Amino acid sequence: MAEVLIGAAAGFAGDRSDAGIPVVDALAAQAGPRFLMFETLAERTLALCQLVRRQNPQRGYSPALERMLPPVLARCLEAGIKIVGNFGAANPGAAAHRIAEIARTLGGRPPRIATVEGDDIADKLSHAELAAREVGGNSLAQSRKIISANLYLGAQPIAQALDQGADIVVTGRVADSALALGPLVHALQWRIDDWDRLAAGTLAGHLLECGAQVTGGYFADPGYKDVPDLAEVGYPIAEIDQSGGIVITKPAGTGGVVDRLTVVEQLLYEIHDPSAYLAPDVVLDLTDVEVAETGKDRVRVSGARGKPAPETLKATVCFDSGVLGEAEISYAGPNASARAQLAAEVVCQRLRKRLPRLDIRVDAIGVASVLGAGHNPPDLRAAQTNDVRLRFAAQSTDPAQIEALLDEVEALYCAGPAGGAGVRRRVTPRLASASCLIERHYAQPRVTIMGART
Amino acid sequence: MPIVRLQEIANARTGDKGNRLNLALVCRNPAHYQAVAAQVTAERVAHVFAARKPARVVRYDLPKLAAFNFVLDDVLEGGVNASIGLDGHGKSLSFLVLDIPVEIATDLPRVTRVTQSQSIRERT
Repeated sequence: MAEVLIGAAAGFAGDRSDAGIPVVDALAAQAGPRFLMFETLAERTLALCQLVRRQNPQRGYSPALERMLPPVLARCLEAGIKIVGNFGAANPGAAAHRIAEIARTLGGRPPRIATVEGDDIADKLSHAELAAREVGGNSLAQSRKIISANLYLGAQPIAQALDQGADIVVTGRVADSALALGPLVHALQWRIDDWDRLAAGTLAGHLLECGAQVTGGYFADPGYKDVPDLAEVGYPIAEIDQSGGIVITKPAGTGGVVDRLTVVEQLLYEIHDPSAYLAPDVVLDLTDVEVAETGKDRVRVSGARGKPAPETLKATVCFDSGVLGEAEISYAGPNASARAQLAAEVVCQRLRKRLPRLDIRVDAIGVASVLGAGHNPPDLRAAQTNDVRLRFAAQSTDPAQIEALLDEVEALYCAGPAGGAGVRRRVTPRLASASCLIERHYAQPRVTIMGART
Repeated sequence: MPIVRLQEIANARTGDKGNRLNLALVCRNPAHYQAVAAQVTAERVAHVFAARKPARVVRYDLPKLAAFNFVLDDVLEGGVNASIGLDGHGKSLSFLVLDIPVEIATDLPRVTRVTQSQSIRERT
């Protein structure tokens, strides 16, 4: 049986609109079963989409599809490349209608679009029932209203949709790796208990799901880890054979690099226990995996082993957690660090007196911000810099407290140390998330084929 | 034996799940694996992250990949949806570990400034 080719055109919702074009060019030049996957659904994204859907039942899908699909859709349909993406988010049906509209605008054959639903369990389990199933914390027990609760579905419904002739499969929440495993189960007819092959397909999906992170993205460290033509980094293509052998490569003529080091970094990315990476369809054991460079930008990955699928499915539950307020101000020139130090102390002193329970964080960007533990206020006396940008942040379920902090920072203009400059302030609604383990019977995946002509 | 910063001989990448940090550490030259295994222990990494008060640090060894996977619990100030810091994902934290000094044998080649695929390109 032919090899299966799977390209990845997006590793997150903010990924590049044109990333898929060279991938589709490369896939179109080949024969056999070929797929293009899009991963666009971070933990919080789905909850944000759920809020949008409540306002408008025709929306609630990932807006990323609006900019990511038009550059490649017509070409994929012409070349017989099937598209699998989780841009359905909170509303796969509406996403399918929108994709049909986009296809009509582009002309050509109307696509056969399938949706995969059934991940939404917000109506099946109460707040208390979800709280009882939370793992790694107990935030749901005291949380405000739940906005979304979604299981991670596996590869089977995606494979079924493809078995029914879908050109495009639009899902809500599925395991990211299932976006590759689904096509493999469909094209290679892997059994649902063929654990080693399911493990290999899950590994292929894991290597693809972050897009350029396996081809030189999130990798370069000039002088230590140089990446050629990072600006035009090519997104990955996996070649998978019947036995589960994987080769990771990228389109010819693109930037980036695929070598042992880019692949191993991504192999272990967010994997936790390498002997038991839990996916809905299989438990993946990476401990015997080997990686070999077989040519320029070609890496063979072998040795994945599978253990039976876990008894429970993971779900992500999101709830409202108030607002995040951030305000920044700059101090520059001689004695800048002393003036910034004084500004931080002024804001902290005033707020301690007026809002004693508000927890404030102060960062000195360029001096001590991301790596430190967040001192409050930071100690800038030894800082050798004449350019300090202070950042103040706090979170609260009471927006008035956040406004009070931002007002205090802005007031530094006239009432703070000399030369305070460039205040920017921003308030962002905050969603917190919790993980639950849910019994499998709550997962009832539904595959629906939508005729593009309807 | 010479002392080098880990960045000279190894690569690292961090990712998150909630309040848990996952840190992959990969030897650029597999010949350095034993030296790194002996020196970059879970305890040493926990010490580097002491300011963030890790609840637990576990190191998983992957000799076939010349790599290690560290899992650090409760070091992300609540995680990306709760932290009020700038890097709730912990994406920058790999560089804390790459600053660790390690002793390596002088007869081992240090692989720096060139990736393996560049060397393949040079051969072809």
